[in-house]
Amino acid sequence: MDTPRHTALVRVTHWLTVIAFAALLVTGLEIVISHPRFYWGETGNVNMRPLFSLPLPTSRDTIDNGFGSHMPDQNGWSRALHFQAAWLLVFTALVYGIASLLNGHFRRNLVPVPGQRSLRAHLQRIGQYLHRSPPTADESGSYNVLQRTAYLSVIFVLFPLVIWTGLALSPAFNAAFPFFVDVLGGRQSARTLHFFLTWALVLFFVVHIAMIAISGFWSRTRAMITGRAAAPPISRLPEERP
Amino acid sequence: MNHFTRRKLITTGIVAAAGVTGLGAAERIARRYGLIPPDGSGLYGPGETLTYAAQRLITTHSLAREFPRSMISAKPFANELAPPSAEFKTLQAGGFAGWRLVVDGMVDHPLALSLADLRSMPVRSQITEVVCEEGWSYVAEWIGTPLSNVLNEAGLHPNVRYIVYRSIQPEIWESIDMADALHPQTFLTLGMNDGDLPVGFGGPLRLRLPRQLGYKSVKFVTRLTATDSMKKIGNGLGSADPDYGYAWYAGI
Repeated sequence: MDTPRHTALVRVTHWLTVIAFAALLVTGLEIVISHPRFYWGETGNVNMRPLFSLPLPTSRDTIDNGFGSHMPDQNGWSRALHFQAAWLLVFTALVYGIASLLNGHFRRNLVPVPGQRSLRAHLQRIGQYLHRSPPTADESGSYNVLQRTAYLSVIFVLFPLVIWTGLALSPAFNAAFPFFVDVLGGRQSARTLHFFLTWALVLFFVVHIAMIAISGFWSRTRAMITGRAAAPPISRLPEERP
Repeated sequence: MNHFTRRKLITTGIVAAAGVTGLGAAERIARRYGLIPPDGSGLYGPGETLTYAAQRLITTHSLAREFPRSMISAKPFANELAPPSAEFKTLQAGGFAGWRLVVDGMVDHPLALSLADLRSMPVRSQITEVVCEEGWSYVAEWIGTPLSNVLNEAGLHPNVRYIVYRSIQPEIWESIDMADALHPQTFLTLGMNDGDLPVGFGGPLRLRLPRQLGYKSVKFVTRLTATDSMKKIGNGLGSADPDYGYAWYAGI
């Protein structure tokens, strides 16, 4: 017997976000290899000392990292797809965010439940993971405190910050809203932060996939596609634990 | 069919119909107010159009950030050498005395201006950042005459919508809309950091457009053309950029 798990809104916006994120990640890395050097402050170029430099072959002859310029130059379509995917992400986020505020999805499913909002509750759940304890019955149909905090951090911290730092790389946006780039420490600081925020999102993605793989990849993926999951299993008895 | 799915179907139908109607209306309004870029069709047309339209609505009158003199980059990066063409070298040997900026198209008085003519116009300076799409940047002081001075002297026809500008390198040509063409920081640049504009940075004459990426700031400018439509010029897409996969509008 199947039970409802994800609403249509969550499912559709989830997969649109996956598409946008994949496109942004690939094209973003593609743009990085045209200048894999990162700086702090307002300006930065090959005549200046970088904060750090990635040991990658480059796609432009303005930089020689010792590999020569061996990578094909794909910045044209990469930039176009990057911004188109960014628009998809922004529209998806707006629909998801507004609807989830109105229908109580955030309040009901993502804000940690009262009594679970402490650091101790988070540490306790981490301990449970480390001991590989099976989820308790009250978790089977909803998110535990770590999931809730992780999802809220991605939705309300990482994605807004990565969009902000991305916009701070637009010279026209900066002309209209100089505060948003100046407060980050300058244009090159914004670019470096944009890069690190990307890796924070990638880290979330890797952990997210790992947790799904552990808890049953196909059943979880099916639930995010069809919206329905197998009925929660009866909690196993302690002696049946592996 | 039960009541619930019927209701869902009707709702979905109404939403879809409203969406299609809304998109159609948005497209008509965008076209009317000039919010669709010349390269706003094709696979990435929706993204290009959204970016251009959003930035036009928000940033039309905003000024690019200007920096204090202390932030001028000690070592700016020239990126490309001067064009090695014989024509350029001959002009360079003559101290660019023979350099002409031709102004034609939909203007009352077509012009052919020397660098001295441009210097005799009101000259201003700005300390702004050059931002390359690769990711690097530098700040410099740029000295020149606002493009609007030259356009006013030529006398634009009222229906002009774009200014096309060309480099002495025939494969490099660009265009901008009137919001950028008449913007006070859009310069025909003759000097940099208190000296003449070095050839490596586009001397003797570069069009500076600080609210867009560096590739729109064309070096070695020789010709301006006023037009009401980009359809019949070159590839019809507004600039040489789409030939290389790049966007006509580079505000981001």
